[in-house]
Amino acid sequence: METLIAQILNGLSLGSIYALIALGYTMVYGIIQLINFAHGEILMIGAYVGYFSVAVLGLNIYMALLLSMFVSSLVGVLIERIAYKPLRKSGRLSVLITAIGMSLLLQNGGLIVFGTDFVPFPQVIERIPYRLFGGRFVVTSHQILIFAVSILMMLLLQYIVGYTKIGMAMRAVSYDKEAASLMGINVDNVISFTFVIGSSLGAVAGVLLGLYYQTIHPLMGFMPGLKAFVAAVLGGIGVIPGAMLGGFLLGIIEALVSGYWSTTYKDPVVFVVLIVILIVKPTGLLGKNTSEKV
Amino acid sequence: MLKINDLHVYYGAIHALKGINLEVHEGEIVTLIGANGAGKTTTLHTISGLIRPKEGNIVFEGNDITKMAPQKIVARGLSQVPEGRRVFANLSVRKNLELGAYLEKNRKVVSHHMEQVFQSFPRLKEREKQTAGTLSGGEQQMLAMGRALMNRPKLMVLDEPSMGLAPLLVKDIFAIIKRINEEGTTILLVEQNASMALSIASRAYVLETGKVVLSGPSAELAKSEAIKKAYLGG
Repeated sequence: METLIAQILNGLSLGSIYALIALGYTMVYGIIQLINFAHGEILMIGAYVGYFSVAVLGLNIYMALLLSMFVSSLVGVLIERIAYKPLRKSGRLSVLITAIGMSLLLQNGGLIVFGTDFVPFPQVIERIPYRLFGGRFVVTSHQILIFAVSILMMLLLQYIVGYTKIGMAMRAVSYDKEAASLMGINVDNVISFTFVIGSSLGAVAGVLLGLYYQTIHPLMGFMPGLKAFVAAVLGGIGVIPGAMLGGFLLGIIEALVSGYWSTTYKDPVVFVVLIVILIVKPTGLLGKNTSEKV
Repeated sequence: MLKINDLHVYYGAIHALKGINLEVHEGEIVTLIGANGAGKTTTLHTISGLIRPKEGNIVFEGNDITKMAPQKIVARGLSQVPEGRRVFANLSVRKNLELGAYLEKNRKVVSHHMEQVFQSFPRLKEREKQTAGTLSGGEQQMLAMGRALMNRPKLMVLDEPSMGLAPLLVKDIFAIIKRINEEGTTILLVEQNASMALSIASRAYVLETGKVVLSGPSAELAKSEAIKKAYLGG
């Protein structure tokens, strides 16, 4: 029982990072029906900006988060304008292949610019273990920070999408771009804004991953990116609560498999779960057939 | 108010509009009739900036809007009610109307406009909180028109408002169009239901495979033998 709860607590903090990344995938998918495979690299760039902000500029973690959100958003919007926008009227496959190419470009660009070594991520806050219930469970200050920041970002996202004018425009664009433009909505700007949001969430996830694993690397975005993509599909791609659910579920499954079985099997189990769920419910857990996107 | 000069539009190699000339004066109801594939919707899409013409230009209130982005054309007071209504089925009736006034920043003005739309369409008021996808076809058409009215357009362009509606409802919709016009909005109406369209329009253009083949006052066109044969089932 104690292992179970301890592993679930572990899973929640990793899962909240997956959820943040998955939200980026799902937002972009919701608005332009594209799996943005370069999203993992946006995360990596966010992590490096976070690293430089703390290690070189000496900023605190919150300023580092803001700066990395800003830089990643910029990169995200540039990618969209340069690589995806010209292909908006072509087939989905062309854009998908472009996204994979963009991902490879950024991975290898990262290897050239940042080097091939693992970089230790500065421990921006003191690692304090908190003992709960008479010391039966331990929660670290890092886990709490990761969890709290992730939840805050998700609440912010829900607010933007649900209660602001730009959020309403995003929902309209995701449903019908032509009709949205007939309302006077600047569709290009709304798409860019979606990339800003997705990339910001990715940047936060990157910095938090740095805190979680304590190292960063130019290829660090690949596996979490893939996992979060699985999470987004698991929950129902294009559905915001689905991405959150999928992310948390994935984190907890991984933690449980690692705790009870072996860390070697955590990745295969995750993909098996994905396959099973897609067989039983092809639209994902919260996916609808006439899906409400974004 | 609206003047289209020698408009040519291509879809790839297909020459969809072959030099359309068309004019709408302030206060009028002008209808554009023709069979399927004649180029009616293409003309409206080009007016709204959704398609770019290869040649020709479109002038709205003295300004060339040919190369303008759709949202800028809407901002100038030219709203379109698209074919098939295209309401945001996943959003509530209220949100749909709010989106219609997307360019209006003042919330008070938006709610004032909404009150007026609700007055014109009491059915929409009853269904305010329902998602648009659950409305009937006629109600969706009213919503699409109400949504366009939220922008307070000077010129409202309607694409096949009667499509897929029961005859009784078609009558209602045309009565509403007439009322909107009487309240000061100029109308350009595209219709397959030629007899209904001719009955409320002051002037009409007949489109055939991308060309205007006939134009003139509706009353005259309604009497013309060629029109009767081709479009009025007589």
